[in-house]
Amino acid sequence: MNIIVPVKQVPDLVEELEINDDGTDLDRDYLSYKLNEFDEHALEEALLLKEEHGGTVTVIAFEGDDTDKVLYTAIAKGADRAVKITNDLPPGTPNHVLAKALASVLSGMEYDLILTGVQAADDRDGQLGVLLANYLDVPHVSVVSGVAPSNGAVTVQKEYAGGVMAEFEVDLPAVFGVQAARQTPRYAPVSRVRQVMRQAEIEEVEANDTEANIGSSIRRMFKPEKGAGAEMLEGSPEEIAEKIIKILQEKGIKK
Amino acid sequence: MSQDVFVVAEHLQGKIDDVTYELLGKARELAGQSGGHVVAVLMGSGIQNQAGSLGAADKVLYMDNAALEHFNPESYARALSHILEQNQPRLTLIPNTSMGMDLAAAVSVKNNLPLVAYATDVQIDNGQVVATSQLYGGKINVESVLEGDSSVVSVLAGSFAVDAGKQDGSPEVETVAAPDGLDQTRVRFKNLIQPEGGDVDITQQDILVSVGRGIQSEDNLPMVEELAEALGGALASSRPIVDNKWLPKTRQVGKSGLKVKPKLYFAVGISGAPEHIEGMKDAELIIAINTDPEAPIFEVAHFGVTEDLFDVVPALTEKLKG
Repeated sequence: MNIIVPVKQVPDLVEELEINDDGTDLDRDYLSYKLNEFDEHALEEALLLKEEHGGTVTVIAFEGDDTDKVLYTAIAKGADRAVKITNDLPPGTPNHVLAKALASVLSGMEYDLILTGVQAADDRDGQLGVLLANYLDVPHVSVVSGVAPSNGAVTVQKEYAGGVMAEFEVDLPAVFGVQAARQTPRYAPVSRVRQVMRQAEIEEVEANDTEANIGSSIRRMFKPEKGAGAEMLEGSPEEIAEKIIKILQEKGIKK
Repeated sequence: MSQDVFVVAEHLQGKIDDVTYELLGKARELAGQSGGHVVAVLMGSGIQNQAGSLGAADKVLYMDNAALEHFNPESYARALSHILEQNQPRLTLIPNTSMGMDLAAAVSVKNNLPLVAYATDVQIDNGQVVATSQLYGGKINVESVLEGDSSVVSVLAGSFAVDAGKQDGSPEVETVAAPDGLDQTRVRFKNLIQPEGGDVDITQQDILVSVGRGIQSEDNLPMVEELAEALGGALASSRPIVDNKWLPKTRQVGKSGLKVKPKLYFAVGISGAPEHIEGMKDAELIIAINTDPEAPIFEVAHFGVTEDLFDVVPALTEKLKG
Protein backbone atom coordinates (compact mmCIF):
# COMPACT_ATOMS: atom_id res chain seq x y z
CA MET A 1 0.00 0.00 0.00
CA ASN A 2 1.23 3.47 -0.82
CA ILE A 3 0.48 5.76 2.06
CA ILE A 4 0.63 9.54 2.22
CA VAL A 5 1.01 11.27 5.57
CA PRO A 6 0.47 15.05 5.48
CA VAL A 7 1.87 16.67 8.61
CA LYS A 8 1.80 20.14 10.08
CA GLN A 9 3.61 22.09 12.74
CA VAL A 10 1.63 23.58 15.60
CA PRO A 11 2.69 25.87 18.45
CA ASP A 12 4.25 23.96 21.33
CA LEU A 13 1.53 24.17 23.97
CA VAL A 14 3.97 23.59 26.80
CA GLU A 15 5.24 27.13 26.24
CA GLU A 16 3.29 30.19 27.20
CA LEU A 17 1.20 31.53 24.32
CA GLU A 18 0.90 35.28 23.82
CA ILE A 19 -1.57 37.13 21.64
CA ASN A 20 -0.42 39.82 19.19
CA ASP A 21 -1.18 43.53 19.56
CA ASP A 22 -4.26 43.45 17.28
CA GLY A 23 -5.63 40.53 19.27
CA THR A 24 -6.26 38.57 16.08
CA ASP A 25 -3.46 36.00 16.11
CA LEU A 26 -0.87 34.51 18.37
CA ASP A 27 2.27 36.54 18.77
CA ARG A 28 4.30 34.25 16.56
CA ASP A 29 7.69 35.98 16.90
CA TYR A 30 8.76 33.92 19.86
CA LEU A 31 6.67 30.81 19.37
CA SER A 32 8.29 27.45 19.20
CA TYR A 33 6.65 24.84 17.02
CA LYS A 34 6.40 21.10 17.17
CA LEU A 35 4.85 18.44 15.00
CA ASN A 36 1.14 17.96 15.73
CA GLU A 37 1.09 14.98 18.11
CA PHE A 38 -1.76 13.29 16.23
CA ASP A 39 0.32 13.51 13.05
CA GLU A 40 3.01 11.54 14.91
CA HIS A 41 0.40 8.84 15.43
CA ALA A 42 -0.67 8.96 11.77
CA LEU A 43 2.96 8.50 10.73
CA GLU A 44 3.45 5.62 13.18
CA GLU A 45 0.34 3.82 11.90
CA ALA A 46 1.56 4.32 8.32
CA LEU A 47 4.99 2.87 9.17
CA LEU A 48 3.38 -0.12 10.90
CA LEU A 49 1.18 -0.79 7.85
CA LYS A 50 4.21 -0.60 5.57
CA GLU A 51 6.18 -3.00 7.76
CA GLU A 52 3.31 -5.48 7.84
CA HIS A 53 2.03 -5.25 4.28
CA GLY A 54 4.72 -3.59 2.18
CA GLY A 55 4.38 -0.42 0.14
CA THR A 56 5.71 3.07 0.71
CA VAL A 57 5.21 5.96 3.08
CA THR A 58 5.44 9.51 1.78
CA VAL A 59 5.42 12.39 4.24
CA ILE A 60 4.29 15.81 3.05
CA ALA A 61 4.79 19.02 5.01
CA PHE A 62 4.33 22.72 4.44
CA GLU A 63 7.44 24.86 4.31
CA GLY A 64 8.17 26.45 7.64
CA ASP A 65 10.73 26.87 10.40
CA ASP A 66 11.63 23.28 11.16
CA THR A 67 10.07 21.54 8.19
CA ASP A 68 13.30 19.98 6.96
CA LYS A 69 14.01 18.54 10.38
CA VAL A 70 10.49 17.13 10.63
CA LEU A 71 10.84 15.50 7.21
CA TYR A 72 14.32 14.11 7.83
CA THR A 73 13.11 12.71 11.14
CA ALA A 74 10.22 10.99 9.34
CA ILE A 75 12.69 9.39 6.94
CA ALA A 76 14.89 8.36 9.87
CA LYS A 77 11.84 6.60 11.31
CA GLY A 78 11.26 4.70 8.07
CA ALA A 79 9.39 6.91 5.60
CA ASP A 80 10.47 6.50 1.98
CA ARG A 81 9.83 9.94 0.56
CA ALA A 82 9.66 13.44 1.94
CA VAL A 83 7.89 16.23 0.09
CA LYS A 84 7.82 19.90 1.00
CA ILE A 85 5.10 22.21 -0.29
CA THR A 86 6.88 25.49 -0.93
CA ASN A 87 3.94 27.91 -1.20
CA ASP A 88 3.88 30.65 1.40
CA LEU A 89 1.46 29.03 3.84
CA PRO A 90 2.67 30.03 7.30
CA PRO A 91 1.49 28.38 10.54
CA GLY A 92 -2.05 29.52 11.26
CA THR A 93 -3.13 29.26 7.63
CA PRO A 94 -6.75 27.99 7.66
CA ASN A 95 -7.16 24.26 7.08
CA HIS A 96 -9.44 24.85 4.09
CA VAL A 97 -6.46 26.44 2.32
CA LEU A 98 -3.98 23.78 3.45
CA ALA A 99 -6.39 21.02 2.38
CA LYS A 100 -6.87 22.65 -1.02
CA ALA A 101 -3.10 22.92 -1.47
CA LEU A 102 -2.61 19.28 -0.48
CA ALA A 103 -5.41 18.17 -2.79
CA SER A 104 -3.75 19.88 -5.73
CA VAL A 105 -0.37 18.33 -4.93
CA LEU A 106 -1.88 14.87 -4.37
CA SER A 107 -3.80 14.94 -7.64
CA GLY A 108 -0.48 14.27 -9.36
CA MET A 109 0.52 11.40 -7.08
CA GLU A 110 -0.41 7.73 -6.76
CA TYR A 111 -1.71 6.66 -3.39
CA ASP A 112 -3.96 4.14 -1.67
CA LEU A 113 -4.29 5.71 1.71
CA ILE A 114 -3.90 9.13 3.29
CA LEU A 115 -3.41 9.16 7.05
CA THR A 116 -3.69 12.49 8.88
CA GLY A 117 -3.76 13.30 12.56
CA VAL A 118 -7.39 13.38 13.68
CA GLN A 119 -7.09 17.01 14.72
CA ALA A 120 -4.61 19.73 15.58
CA ALA A 121 -4.54 22.43 18.24
CA ASP A 122 -5.28 25.16 15.69
CA ASP A 123 -8.11 23.60 13.65
CA ARG A 124 -10.34 26.65 13.78
CA ASP A 125 -12.08 25.89 10.49
CA GLY A 126 -12.46 22.13 10.75
CA GLN A 127 -10.21 19.13 10.62
CA LEU A 128 -7.68 18.88 7.79
CA GLY A 129 -8.31 15.22 6.89
CA VAL A 130 -12.05 15.56 6.39
CA LEU A 131 -11.62 18.72 4.32
CA LEU A 132 -8.92 17.07 2.20
CA ALA A 133 -11.05 13.96 1.58
CA ASN A 134 -13.94 16.10 0.40
CA TYR A 135 -11.77 18.19 -1.92
CA LEU A 136 -10.39 14.94 -3.37
CA ASP A 137 -13.81 13.28 -3.30
CA VAL A 138 -12.51 10.15 -1.59
CA PRO A 139 -14.12 8.49 1.45
CA HIS A 140 -12.98 9.37 4.94
CA VAL A 141 -13.39 8.26 8.50
CA SER A 142 -12.10 10.26 11.44
CA VAL A 143 -11.20 9.32 15.00
CA VAL A 144 -9.68 6.08 13.78
CA SER A 145 -7.52 3.87 15.99
CA GLY A 146 -6.86 0.78 13.94
CA VAL A 147 -6.31 0.23 10.21
CA ALA A 148 -6.08 -3.22 8.59
CA PRO A 149 -6.16 -4.17 4.89
CA SER A 150 -8.92 -6.60 3.87
CA ASN A 151 -9.70 -7.80 0.32
CA GLY A 152 -8.55 -4.71 -1.53
CA ALA A 153 -10.28 -2.44 0.96
CA VAL A 154 -9.36 -1.59 4.56
CA THR A 155 -11.12 -2.13 7.83
CA VAL A 156 -10.93 0.68 10.38
CA GLN A 157 -12.18 1.24 13.89
CA LYS A 158 -13.74 4.57 14.73
CA GLU A 159 -14.05 5.60 18.36
CA TYR A 160 -17.24 6.95 19.88
CA ALA A 161 -17.78 8.13 23.45
CA GLY A 162 -17.79 5.68 26.33
CA GLY A 163 -15.34 3.28 24.73
CA VAL A 164 -17.77 2.10 22.03
CA MET A 165 -16.22 1.66 18.59
CA ALA A 166 -17.65 1.15 15.13
CA GLU A 167 -15.97 -0.93 12.49
CA PHE A 168 -16.13 0.18 8.86
CA GLU A 169 -14.91 -1.32 5.62
CA VAL A 170 -13.67 1.40 3.31
CA ASP A 171 -12.77 1.33 -0.39
CA LEU A 172 -9.41 2.74 -1.41
CA PRO A 173 -8.18 5.35 -1.81
CA ALA A 174 -9.38 6.81 1.46
CA VAL A 175 -8.47 9.38 4.11
CA PHE A 176 -8.40 8.51 7.79
CA GLY A 177 -8.03 10.86 10.73
CA VAL A 178 -5.88 8.88 13.14
CA GLN A 179 -6.59 9.27 16.83
CA ALA A 180 -3.96 6.82 18.01
CA ALA A 181 -1.54 4.43 16.35
CA ARG A 182 -1.50 0.84 17.54
CA GLN A 183 1.75 1.56 19.37
CA THR A 184 3.48 4.59 20.84
CA PRO A 185 5.09 6.59 18.01
CA ARG A 186 8.67 5.48 17.57
CA TYR A 187 11.66 7.61 18.30
CA ALA A 188 14.41 8.37 15.82
CA PRO A 189 17.88 8.67 17.35
CA VAL A 190 19.60 11.98 16.63
CA SER A 191 22.54 10.17 15.04
CA ARG A 192 20.19 8.49 12.58
CA VAL A 193 18.50 11.81 11.75
CA ARG A 194 21.94 13.39 11.13
CA GLN A 195 22.85 10.54 8.81
CA VAL A 196 19.58 10.96 6.90
CA MET A 197 20.22 14.69 6.57
CA ARG A 198 23.44 13.92 4.70
CA GLN A 199 21.95 11.24 2.46
CA ALA A 200 18.26 11.80 1.85
CA GLU A 201 16.67 14.36 -0.37
CA ILE A 202 13.56 16.41 0.26
CA GLU A 203 11.47 16.92 -2.85
CA GLU A 204 10.00 20.37 -3.30
CA VAL A 205 6.68 21.00 -4.98
CA GLU A 206 4.46 24.01 -5.41
CA ALA A 207 0.72 23.61 -5.01
CA ASN A 208 -1.07 25.21 -7.94
CA ASP A 209 -4.34 25.76 -6.12
CA THR A 210 -4.57 27.38 -2.71
CA GLU A 211 -7.88 29.17 -3.21
CA ALA A 212 -10.55 28.08 -0.77
CA ASN A 213 -13.66 29.70 0.63
CA ILE A 214 -12.98 30.01 4.33
CA GLY A 215 -15.92 32.33 4.92
CA SER A 216 -14.92 33.40 8.38
CA SER A 217 -12.46 35.79 9.96
CA ILE A 218 -10.96 36.11 13.41
CA ARG A 219 -12.41 39.04 15.29
CA ARG A 220 -10.65 38.55 18.57
CA MET A 221 -8.35 36.14 20.36
CA PHE A 222 -8.22 36.06 24.12
CA LYS A 223 -7.12 33.87 26.96
CA PRO A 224 -9.94 32.15 28.83
CA GLU A 225 -11.09 34.20 31.77
CA LYS A 226 -9.47 33.09 34.93
CA GLY A 227 -12.87 33.25 36.59
CA ALA A 228 -12.96 31.59 39.96
CA GLY A 229 -10.25 29.17 38.89
CA ALA A 230 -8.33 27.05 41.31
CA GLU A 231 -7.18 28.19 44.72
CA MET A 232 -3.46 27.51 44.59
CA LEU A 233 -1.90 25.62 47.46
CA GLU A 234 1.66 26.63 48.21
CA GLY A 235 4.48 25.58 50.47
CA SER A 236 6.76 22.60 50.83
CA PRO A 237 5.49 19.22 49.61
CA GLU A 238 4.69 18.31 53.21
CA GLU A 239 2.83 21.56 53.84
CA ILE A 240 0.85 21.08 50.63
CA ALA A 241 0.02 17.53 51.66
CA GLU A 242 -1.27 18.84 55.01
CA LYS A 243 -3.42 21.41 53.24
CA ILE A 244 -4.89 18.82 50.90
CA ILE A 245 -5.75 16.53 53.79
CA LYS A 246 -7.43 19.43 55.58
CA ILE A 247 -9.55 20.13 52.49
CA LEU A 248 -10.51 16.46 52.21
CA GLN A 249 -11.53 16.47 55.86
CA GLU A 250 -13.59 19.63 55.47
CA LYS A 251 -15.41 18.12 52.49
CA GLY A 252 -16.04 14.93 54.45
CA ILE A 253 -14.01 12.84 52.00
CA LYS A 254 -11.37 11.85 54.53
CA LYS A 255 -11.71 11.60 58.26
CA MET B 1 -32.82 30.93 2.42
CA SER B 2 -34.25 30.99 5.90
CA GLN B 3 -33.49 32.36 9.35
CA ASP B 4 -33.88 28.90 10.89
CA VAL B 5 -31.32 27.32 13.18
CA PHE B 6 -30.73 23.64 12.43
CA VAL B 7 -29.41 21.14 14.93
CA VAL B 8 -28.04 17.80 13.79
CA ALA B 9 -29.30 15.19 16.27
CA GLU B 10 -26.71 12.63 17.31
CA HIS B 11 -27.76 9.16 18.35
CA LEU B 12 -26.08 5.86 19.07
CA GLN B 13 -27.71 2.54 19.85
CA GLY B 14 -31.18 4.06 19.90
CA LYS B 15 -30.36 6.85 22.31
CA ILE B 16 -30.18 10.55 21.52
CA ASP B 17 -26.92 11.92 22.91
CA ASP B 18 -27.16 14.74 25.48
CA VAL B 19 -25.09 17.03 23.26
CA THR B 20 -28.14 17.20 20.98
CA TYR B 21 -30.20 18.68 23.81
CA GLU B 22 -27.42 21.14 24.62
CA LEU B 23 -27.51 22.35 21.03
CA LEU B 24 -31.31 22.50 20.91
CA GLY B 25 -31.35 24.67 24.02
CA LYS B 26 -28.77 27.00 22.47
CA ALA B 27 -30.63 26.96 19.14
CA ARG B 28 -33.79 28.21 20.90
CA GLU B 29 -31.88 31.27 22.07
CA LEU B 30 -30.29 31.81 18.63
CA ALA B 31 -33.56 31.39 16.74
CA GLY B 32 -34.94 34.14 18.96
CA GLN B 33 -32.08 36.36 17.78
CA SER B 34 -32.40 35.44 14.09
CA GLY B 35 -36.19 35.41 13.99
CA GLY B 36 -36.35 31.84 12.68
CA HIS B 37 -37.36 28.43 13.90
CA VAL B 38 -35.45 25.64 15.60
CA VAL B 39 -35.26 22.59 13.36
CA ALA B 40 -33.81 19.28 14.48
CA VAL B 41 -32.34 17.09 11.74
CA LEU B 42 -32.85 13.43 12.53
CA MET B 43 -31.28 10.86 10.22
CA GLY B 44 -31.71 7.14 10.76
CA SER B 45 -33.83 4.13 10.02
CA GLY B 46 -37.06 3.36 11.87
CA ILE B 47 -36.43 5.93 14.58
CA GLN B 48 -39.25 8.39 13.95
CA ASN B 49 -40.39 7.90 17.56
CA GLN B 50 -37.19 9.66 18.67
CA ALA B 51 -38.73 12.90 17.41
CA GLY B 52 -40.82 12.90 20.59
CA SER B 53 -37.71 13.57 22.69
CA LEU B 54 -36.77 16.54 20.50
CA GLY B 55 -39.60 18.70 21.86
CA ALA B 56 -37.37 21.75 22.14
CA ALA B 57 -37.42 21.95 18.34
CA ASP B 58 -40.27 23.60 16.43
CA LYS B 59 -39.89 21.00 13.72
CA VAL B 60 -38.03 17.76 13.10
CA LEU B 61 -36.77 16.99 9.61
CA TYR B 62 -36.60 13.23 9.49
CA MET B 63 -34.80 11.26 6.81
CA ASP B 64 -35.45 7.53 7.03
CA ASN B 65 -33.28 5.21 4.97
CA ALA B 66 -31.66 1.82 5.40
CA ALA B 67 -28.30 3.44 4.58
CA LEU B 68 -28.73 5.57 7.71
CA GLU B 69 -29.44 2.71 10.11
CA HIS B 70 -25.98 3.10 11.61
CA PHE B 71 -23.83 6.19 11.53
CA ASN B 72 -21.74 6.14 8.36
CA PRO B 73 -19.46 9.10 7.58
CA GLU B 74 -20.32 8.95 3.89
CA SER B 75 -24.08 8.34 3.82
CA TYR B 76 -24.72 10.72 6.72
CA ALA B 77 -22.63 13.50 5.14
CA ARG B 78 -24.45 13.08 1.84
CA ALA B 79 -27.83 13.05 3.56
CA LEU B 80 -27.03 16.16 5.58
CA SER B 81 -25.58 17.93 2.55
CA HIS B 82 -28.84 17.21 0.69
CA ILE B 83 -30.97 18.57 3.54
CA LEU B 84 -28.89 21.74 3.88
CA GLU B 85 -28.94 22.30 0.12
CA GLN B 86 -32.75 22.14 0.14
CA ASN B 87 -33.26 24.31 3.21
CA GLN B 88 -30.30 26.70 3.44
CA PRO B 89 -30.75 27.49 7.14
CA ARG B 90 -29.19 30.59 8.66
CA LEU B 91 -27.06 28.40 10.89
CA THR B 92 -26.44 24.69 11.39
CA LEU B 93 -25.13 23.44 14.71
CA ILE B 94 -23.32 20.10 14.68
CA PRO B 95 -21.78 18.41 17.73
CA ASN B 96 -17.96 18.48 17.56
CA THR B 97 -17.95 14.78 18.39
CA SER B 98 -16.50 11.76 16.64
CA MET B 99 -19.58 11.61 14.41
CA GLY B 100 -19.96 15.37 14.03
CA MET B 101 -16.34 15.77 12.94
CA ASP B 102 -17.10 13.58 9.92
CA LEU B 103 -20.09 15.75 9.03
CA ALA B 104 -19.21 19.39 9.67
CA ALA B 105 -16.08 19.67 7.53
CA ALA B 106 -17.73 17.48 4.88
CA VAL B 107 -20.76 19.74 4.40
CA SER B 108 -18.51 22.80 4.59
CA VAL B 109 -16.80 21.59 1.39
CA LYS B 110 -19.79 19.93 -0.29
CA ASN B 111 -22.13 22.90 0.24
CA ASN B 112 -19.44 25.59 0.23
CA LEU B 113 -20.43 26.80 3.69
CA PRO B 114 -18.20 28.61 6.20
CA LEU B 115 -17.31 26.41 9.18
CA VAL B 116 -16.00 27.22 12.61
CA ALA B 117 -15.13 24.22 14.81
CA TYR B 118 -14.48 23.58 18.51
CA ALA B 119 -17.03 26.23 19.48
CA THR B 120 -17.99 26.71 23.10
CA ASP B 121 -20.31 29.61 22.37
CA VAL B 122 -22.32 30.95 19.43
CA GLN B 123 -24.19 34.25 19.11
CA ILE B 124 -26.06 36.06 16.41
CA ASP B 125 -24.80 39.57 16.85
CA ASN B 126 -26.31 42.30 14.65
CA GLY B 127 -27.30 39.67 12.13
CA GLN B 128 -23.82 38.12 12.08
CA VAL B 129 -23.02 34.67 13.40
CA VAL B 130 -20.16 34.89 15.89
CA ALA B 131 -18.61 31.70 17.28
CA THR B 132 -16.04 31.35 20.05
CA SER B 133 -13.70 28.38 19.62
CA GLN B 134 -11.54 26.81 22.25
CA LEU B 135 -8.18 26.22 20.58
CA TYR B 136 -4.55 25.50 21.44
CA GLY B 137 -5.41 22.86 23.99
CA GLY B 138 -7.91 25.14 25.72
CA LYS B 139 -5.31 27.89 26.27
CA ILE B 140 -6.73 30.40 23.79
CA ASN B 141 -10.27 31.38 22.82
CA VAL B 142 -10.84 32.58 19.28
CA GLU B 143 -13.87 34.61 18.30
CA SER B 144 -14.75 34.26 14.61
CA VAL B 145 -17.28 36.07 12.47
CA LEU B 146 -18.93 33.79 9.91
CA GLU B 147 -19.77 35.35 6.58
CA GLY B 148 -22.62 34.61 4.23
CA ASP B 149 -26.28 33.76 4.68
CA SER B 150 -25.74 30.20 5.80
CA SER B 151 -22.97 28.70 7.89
CA VAL B 152 -21.98 25.78 10.08
CA VAL B 153 -20.63 25.74 13.62
CA SER B 154 -19.46 22.56 15.32
CA VAL B 155 -19.82 22.77 19.07
CA LEU B 156 -17.88 20.99 21.82
CA ALA B 157 -20.03 18.77 24.01
CA GLY B 158 -20.49 20.18 27.49
CA SER B 159 -20.66 23.81 26.32
CA PHE B 160 -24.32 24.41 27.16
CA ALA B 161 -26.86 23.18 29.67
CA VAL B 162 -28.69 20.01 28.71
CA ASP B 163 -31.90 20.93 30.54
CA ALA B 164 -32.88 23.87 28.33
CA GLY B 165 -33.12 21.61 25.29
CA LYS B 166 -34.37 18.40 26.86
CA GLN B 167 -38.11 18.54 26.48
CA ASP B 168 -40.53 15.89 25.44
CA GLY B 169 -43.21 17.01 23.07
CA SER B 170 -44.63 16.44 19.68
CA PRO B 171 -42.89 18.79 17.30
CA GLU B 172 -44.07 18.76 13.72
CA VAL B 173 -42.26 15.95 11.89
CA GLU B 174 -41.52 16.48 8.22
CA THR B 175 -40.23 13.42 6.42
CA VAL B 176 -37.52 14.15 3.87
CA ALA B 177 -36.76 11.82 0.98
CA ALA B 178 -33.21 10.51 0.84
CA PRO B 179 -31.04 11.52 -2.10
CA ASP B 180 -30.74 8.90 -4.84
CA GLY B 181 -28.21 6.12 -4.39
CA LEU B 182 -27.60 6.84 -0.71
CA ASP B 183 -26.76 3.17 -0.18
CA GLN B 184 -24.00 3.30 -2.81
CA THR B 185 -21.19 4.13 -0.42
CA ARG B 186 -17.48 3.53 -0.36
CA VAL B 187 -17.68 3.33 3.43
CA ARG B 188 -19.65 0.34 4.79
CA PHE B 189 -20.67 -0.09 8.41
CA LYS B 190 -19.69 -3.52 9.74
CA ASN B 191 -20.48 -3.66 13.42
CA LEU B 192 -20.25 -1.97 16.80
CA ILE B 193 -17.62 -3.05 19.29
CA GLN B 194 -18.64 -2.69 22.93
CA PRO B 195 -16.06 -1.76 25.57
CA GLU B 196 -14.54 -4.65 27.48
CA GLY B 197 -16.02 -5.24 30.88
CA GLY B 198 -14.44 -6.81 33.90
CA ASP B 199 -12.36 -3.85 35.02
CA VAL B 200 -13.19 -1.29 37.72
CA ASP B 201 -16.09 0.89 36.62
CA ILE B 202 -14.62 4.37 37.11
CA THR B 203 -18.04 6.00 36.58
CA GLN B 204 -19.18 4.40 39.86
CA GLN B 205 -16.23 5.47 42.02
CA ASP B 206 -16.48 8.24 44.62
CA ILE B 207 -12.77 8.94 44.50
CA LEU B 208 -10.64 8.96 41.37
CA VAL B 209 -6.95 9.69 41.14
CA SER B 210 -6.29 10.39 37.51
CA VAL B 211 -2.87 10.40 35.86
CA GLY B 212 -1.70 12.22 32.77
CA ARG B 213 1.34 12.75 30.65
CA GLY B 214 3.16 14.49 33.52
CA ILE B 215 3.83 11.08 35.01
CA GLN B 216 6.48 10.67 32.28
CA SER B 217 7.00 6.93 32.55
CA GLU B 218 5.07 3.76 33.22
CA ASP B 219 7.49 3.11 36.07
CA ASN B 220 5.95 6.01 37.97
CA LEU B 221 2.41 4.61 37.91
CA PRO B 222 2.75 2.62 41.17
CA MET B 223 3.50 5.87 43.00
CA VAL B 224 0.12 7.28 41.93
CA GLU B 225 -1.63 3.97 42.48
CA GLU B 226 -0.42 4.08 46.07
CA LEU B 227 -2.02 7.49 46.48
CA ALA B 228 -5.29 6.14 45.04
CA GLU B 229 -5.17 3.29 47.54
CA ALA B 230 -4.40 5.61 50.43
CA LEU B 231 -7.42 7.71 49.45
CA GLY B 232 -9.61 4.66 48.99
CA GLY B 233 -10.19 5.41 45.34
CA ALA B 234 -9.43 4.03 41.91
CA LEU B 235 -6.91 4.99 39.27
CA ALA B 236 -8.13 6.74 36.14
CA SER B 237 -6.22 8.53 33.40
CA SER B 238 -6.18 10.92 30.49
CA ARG B 239 -5.89 9.70 26.93
CA PRO B 240 -2.09 9.57 26.40
CA ILE B 241 -1.70 7.06 29.23
CA VAL B 242 -4.16 4.69 27.55
CA ASP B 243 -2.60 5.27 24.12
CA ASN B 244 0.71 4.21 25.64
CA LYS B 245 -1.05 1.11 26.96
CA TRP B 246 0.01 1.90 30.53
CA LEU B 247 -3.64 1.55 31.63
CA PRO B 248 -6.61 -0.13 29.94
CA LYS B 249 -9.16 1.88 27.94
CA THR B 250 -11.69 1.31 30.74
CA ARG B 251 -9.74 3.84 32.84
CA GLN B 252 -9.85 6.67 30.31
CA VAL B 253 -11.70 9.84 31.24
CA GLY B 254 -12.80 12.25 28.53
CA LYS B 255 -14.41 12.66 25.16
CA SER B 256 -13.54 9.24 23.74
CA GLY B 257 -13.45 7.63 27.17
CA LEU B 258 -15.86 7.86 30.05
CA LYS B 259 -17.66 10.76 31.67
CA VAL B 260 -17.16 10.70 35.44
CA LYS B 261 -18.70 12.63 38.34
CA PRO B 262 -16.91 11.48 41.50
CA LYS B 263 -16.86 13.24 44.88
CA LEU B 264 -13.13 13.76 44.43
CA TYR B 265 -11.19 13.95 41.18
CA PHE B 266 -7.49 14.19 41.88
CA ALA B 267 -5.67 15.07 38.64
CA VAL B 268 -1.98 14.26 38.66
CA GLY B 269 0.11 15.61 35.78
CA ILE B 270 -2.91 16.30 33.58
CA SER B 271 -2.80 19.55 31.59
CA GLY B 272 -6.53 19.51 30.90
CA ALA B 273 -7.10 19.41 27.15
CA PRO B 274 -10.75 20.23 26.31
CA GLU B 275 -11.35 16.55 25.46
CA HIS B 276 -10.35 15.59 28.99
CA ILE B 277 -12.20 18.41 30.77
CA GLU B 278 -15.39 17.35 29.00
CA GLY B 279 -15.27 14.07 30.91
CA MET B 280 -14.58 15.30 34.47
CA LYS B 281 -15.59 18.92 34.95
CA ASP B 282 -18.72 17.98 36.91
CA ALA B 283 -16.79 16.25 39.70
CA GLU B 284 -17.75 17.66 43.11
CA LEU B 285 -14.19 18.43 44.17
CA ILE B 286 -11.27 18.72 41.78
CA ILE B 287 -7.68 18.98 42.97
CA ALA B 288 -4.98 19.25 40.31
CA ILE B 289 -1.21 18.99 40.39
CA ASN B 290 0.64 20.33 37.36
CA THR B 291 3.88 22.28 37.11
CA ASP B 292 2.48 24.56 34.38
CA PRO B 293 0.53 27.34 36.14
CA GLU B 294 -1.20 28.10 32.80
CA ALA B 295 -2.49 24.54 32.42
CA PRO B 296 -6.23 24.63 31.59
CA ILE B 297 -6.91 22.01 34.28
CA PHE B 298 -6.65 24.84 36.83
CA GLU B 299 -9.68 26.51 35.21
CA VAL B 300 -11.95 23.72 36.37
CA ALA B 301 -10.02 22.63 39.48
CA HIS B 302 -11.07 23.93 42.88
CA PHE B 303 -7.59 23.58 44.29
CA GLY B 304 -4.29 23.59 42.42
CA VAL B 305 -0.68 22.73 43.10
CA THR B 306 2.23 23.68 40.84
CA GLU B 307 4.92 21.94 42.86
CA ASP B 308 6.53 18.84 41.36
CA LEU B 309 4.14 15.89 41.51
CA PHE B 310 7.06 13.59 42.26
CA ASP B 311 7.49 15.43 45.57
CA VAL B 312 3.86 16.11 46.47
CA VAL B 313 2.32 12.73 45.67
CA PRO B 314 4.62 10.63 47.91
CA ALA B 315 4.36 13.23 50.70
CA LEU B 316 0.58 13.11 50.54
CA THR B 317 0.46 9.32 50.41
CA GLU B 318 2.69 9.08 53.43
CA LYS B 319 0.59 11.49 55.47
CA LEU B 320 -2.65 9.76 54.46
CA LYS B 321 -1.27 6.43 55.57
CA GLY B 322 -0.42 8.22 58.81
